[in-house]
Amino acid sequence: MDLSIFEYQFMQNAILSAFLGGIACATIGVFVVLMHMPFIGVCMSHAAFAGALLGLWLGFNPLIGAFAFSLLSAAIIGPLADRGELNPETSVGVIFSLMLGLAFLFMGLMPGTKSGALELLWGSILTNTRSDIIFLGIVTFVVVGLVFIFYKEIQASIFHRDMALSVGIPATLILYGILFLTGATITASLRSIGGLLIFSLILNPAAAAYQLTYSMKRMFLLSAGFGVFSGWIGLLLSYLFNIPSGATIVVTSSVIFMFAAIFSPKRKVKGWQAKPLVEEGS
Amino acid sequence: MESTVINIENAVVSYREDIALRGVSFRVMSEEFVGIIGPNGAGKTTLLTIVNGLGKLLSGRVSVLGHYLTPGNGYSLRKKVGYVAQVQNIDPRMPMNVREVVMIGRYGLLGLLSRPGRHDWKVVDEMLELVGMSHLAQRPIGHLSGGEQQRVAIARCLAQEPELFLLDEPTASLDWKAQTDILELVKQIHDSRQLTTLFVTHDLSCLPVACDRVVLMKEGLIWGEGSPDELLTDANLSQLYDMPISAVEKRRREAILV
Repeated sequence: MDLSIFEYQFMQNAILSAFLGGIACATIGVFVVLMHMPFIGVCMSHAAFAGALLGLWLGFNPLIGAFAFSLLSAAIIGPLADRGELNPETSVGVIFSLMLGLAFLFMGLMPGTKSGALELLWGSILTNTRSDIIFLGIVTFVVVGLVFIFYKEIQASIFHRDMALSVGIPATLILYGILFLTGATITASLRSIGGLLIFSLILNPAAAAYQLTYSMKRMFLLSAGFGVFSGWIGLLLSYLFNIPSGATIVVTSSVIFMFAAIFSPKRKVKGWQAKPLVEEGS
Repeated sequence: MESTVINIENAVVSYREDIALRGVSFRVMSEEFVGIIGPNGAGKTTLLTIVNGLGKLLSGRVSVLGHYLTPGNGYSLRKKVGYVAQVQNIDPRMPMNVREVVMIGRYGLLGLLSRPGRHDWKVVDEMLELVGMSHLAQRPIGHLSGGEQQRVAIARCLAQEPELFLLDEPTASLDWKAQTDILELVKQIHDSRQLTTLFVTHDLSCLPVACDRVVLMKEGLIWGEGSPDELLTDANLSQLYDMPISAVEKRRREAILV
């Protein structure tokens, strides 16, 4: 097969984007999986998509709209989930459908061709510019750096928030910090992967890693590895078969999850129980 | 040498429209073992949350270990207060082992930015030894039984090197053997480490026999206080739990039988 394509600048940009985005999304995914909040993540990524479309429609930077909208949705859902006043799934469901509705509303109001909007829907990692990569690089660096610096506080808050609070860890601050980073990561990867698909790149690598280890550190590393691998294999498949890269990346990450679930040592322990073996986060 | 560790004056706490504590005054001396009993919803857990700085006062004053409870200064207090709650639902696939969970107890003491050192791991291993869980140190936390998890929770709490030891229904949902073991462990720890202990339960048979003092709570108020023998009469209990005296007597006989 002819791989000279990888010598081109745009392809190198795409490879770098897949690397950075894979790490950032997969790291965020570990929080999403272990804190049992996949629905919050889905909601935030669709909010980002709606915000970006608003930007496209009104003519300001779509990424600013994406960031603002995903943080807005987190600001609405976070306290609801935090106080436990009502089942968060219900409120998340309402916000999620509202965001999707807004996205299509903005798309409908937009004059002219919708190619820009569709690009945000599917993602187009091959058109990433240098500034996209710098932005993504900064976000990835910040996410990984904060996890490294506040590892023990994050670990305790993930394990049990009330317990973390009772030993004197600012667990509520950590939760909101994580939601903020989720918003930033989604925004930075939006152009590459697309609003509809980005959440799979957050959830799948972490869900796969979750099947394979009882060590949280290893889970972070495995998840990042799966994220990058999904990005690169997806890119290759996209090139070979000439199909949208966002789709191939997401399908690759799902296949990785499937294998992890099949070969999970955790599954064998529970294998004798008549319990559904499907992962709850999927 | 006995000094006041907890001094609560006329504390009022409410959650939304419900008043959880309606003016509670209560004092605990150092190294006391106080049992707090009362029916569900009496405000027992709320009382503990204002002691460890997680609760919010509507009015009144709370001083614990020389700290006054005001919004925002709970963190330094919480590091000195060990808290063991009921058996928690832990994800069986949670990627943390028993040793790591006990280490969380030391995280507050360590403070931000510092990592657990050799000394911290040594303390953790000693505490696991103390609660008899050393053999499970490397197990994933989610694989433990309820009784084992409560032992780990106690080890975590001790790893914190607390001055105050708060237990909120630690034996709820445990089987009878595990309940007895946990109660003995708590008593032994209280005595050997000179802690001040508050033990909350709704179930009389789970009240450690060795309590110095018992506090009865009902509907957000302290309803009676005194030594276990003089306070835990059938007449008092029948009023506390709104049950006829004959029913209380019957429950007591059964409790002795089991």
